[in-house]
Amino acid sequence: MLPMELAPTTPDEVLVSVSHLSVRFGGEFVLENIDLTLYRHQVLTLIGPNGSGKSTLVKTLIGAVKPAAGSVRVGAGLRIGYVPQRLHLDPTLPMTVKRFINLPHRQDPAAVERALDEAGAGHLLQATMSHLSGGQFQRVLLARALLTRPDILILDEATQGLDQRGTAEFYRRIEAVRQSYGCAVLMVSHDLNVVMRTADHVVCLNRTLCCEGKPERVASSPDYQALFGEMLADDQGANPLALYRHHHEERANAG
Amino acid sequence: MLDDFMVRATLAGVLVALAAAPLGCFVVWRRMAYFGDATAHAAILGVALALLMNISIFAGVLMVALLMAGGVSMLSGRGVAMDTLLGVAAHSALAVGLVAVSFLSGVRIDLNAYLFGDILAVGRSDLWVIGGGAALVLALLGWRWSSLLMATMSRELAYASGIDPRREQLILTLALAMVVAVALKVVGVLLITALLIIPAAAARPFCRTPEAMAIGATGVALTAVTGGLKTAYLMDTPTGPTMVTLAAVLFLLATLISQGGRLAQRLTARA
Repeated sequence: MLPMELAPTTPDEVLVSVSHLSVRFGGEFVLENIDLTLYRHQVLTLIGPNGSGKSTLVKTLIGAVKPAAGSVRVGAGLRIGYVPQRLHLDPTLPMTVKRFINLPHRQDPAAVERALDEAGAGHLLQATMSHLSGGQFQRVLLARALLTRPDILILDEATQGLDQRGTAEFYRRIEAVRQSYGCAVLMVSHDLNVVMRTADHVVCLNRTLCCEGKPERVASSPDYQALFGEMLADDQGANPLALYRHHHEERANAG
Repeated sequence: MLDDFMVRATLAGVLVALAAAPLGCFVVWRRMAYFGDATAHAAILGVALALLMNISIFAGVLMVALLMAGGVSMLSGRGVAMDTLLGVAAHSALAVGLVAVSFLSGVRIDLNAYLFGDILAVGRSDLWVIGGGAALVLALLGWRWSSLLMATMSRELAYASGIDPRREQLILTLALAMVVAVALKVVGVLLITALLIIPAAAARPFCRTPEAMAIGATGVALTAVTGGLKTAYLMDTPTGPTMVTLAAVLFLLATLISQGGRLAQRLTARA
């Protein structure tokens, strides 16, 4: 028998399966009857208007929010790397990058160096967290997530507050990381323009599941256009999904 | 040696400082100063109950402090305005406690001792209780240190690392109630929060890591407690307030030095 690492991965291996998930905050449903499957190597993007439950869904995946009904199943032994929406650090809490990376468990220094390099934060080990720029901060968070050698990388609006260049750079890095780690990526994003190019599968949320599929299919879905049409017309003057679907490469294992 | 009241007082002060300083760092980082006040003020109600039920003051205070800290931390995150809620809790606990004490006719109690501490009256058995309580707090903090830090930085990152932040909150609540119970005799209910937050605040400008800040705060707390005790003895001032005054002076110095350092840096950079 082959050792685990050498075993060929089946193209349709399911990493996370969410079924009939509902989440309630104080009597009100913020998520209702959500079904979602994440496959190995897949890049899945969650989109939806503000307050549509994207972040809540992510928090349910990492165990921070308990479902009111339904289930979230993560494959046994799978490691999740989580990059949160910007982290607010209280100014009274002194914290260096080195200390932060080694929380809650001390890490092998060589592995820390490698993870920081891969996240583009190689020179920041000795820096103080509160002195980092928004982009540097996100790269440190990414490095910390990479230290778990994730099977699944979860990003919750990780580029919020970054400028356009910083955002594009961050996503290029995510793509490089995905290639080298062979992990699946599940991300929440507002950056429709940038993200759609890399997504295999788009899930559009609006408390319930609005529509899902390959980017071009979602883009042409009437539900999606009803939800985003106005916003897209205002902001971009064109539907970014329509613009970018030509660049989208089909992946063998896209759901 | 323990026969000397000054030795007992010094030991009691040192033990309380050792437990209060690192816990105080969490109180500062998590913005729990008002939470500390509510718990500490509830102690006076604990004193009244203990005298009424004829149980040890320590047990009464610990019980009420636990109830208050637990109750408030359960209410937190339920959409109640925390600042207001804690203000209401802190001051009502103090008022109700004082009213309750006044009902205890026949018992002669020195209210000042509970409000401002009475460290010179610490007896041998008090020392054991204070020592045990302080050791328990330090053990709890040492055991959970990394998880507590993680939960303090981000709830979500904690969950993603397999840490339940609610559990860590409970640990802190427990430690806080314990510190209130052991510090009652040393600085009294009104100044316990001061002993928690002032040393941590004084150490902050000079530290780059949370561990360094905990150690720095411990140094400040030890200096304030032992120095305050000596000063109070020499100048015949109330001991608890003298300790806190010294801590405040150290905080002021720390702030001036760090601000002065920053200013000097800016001036040399310009020159």
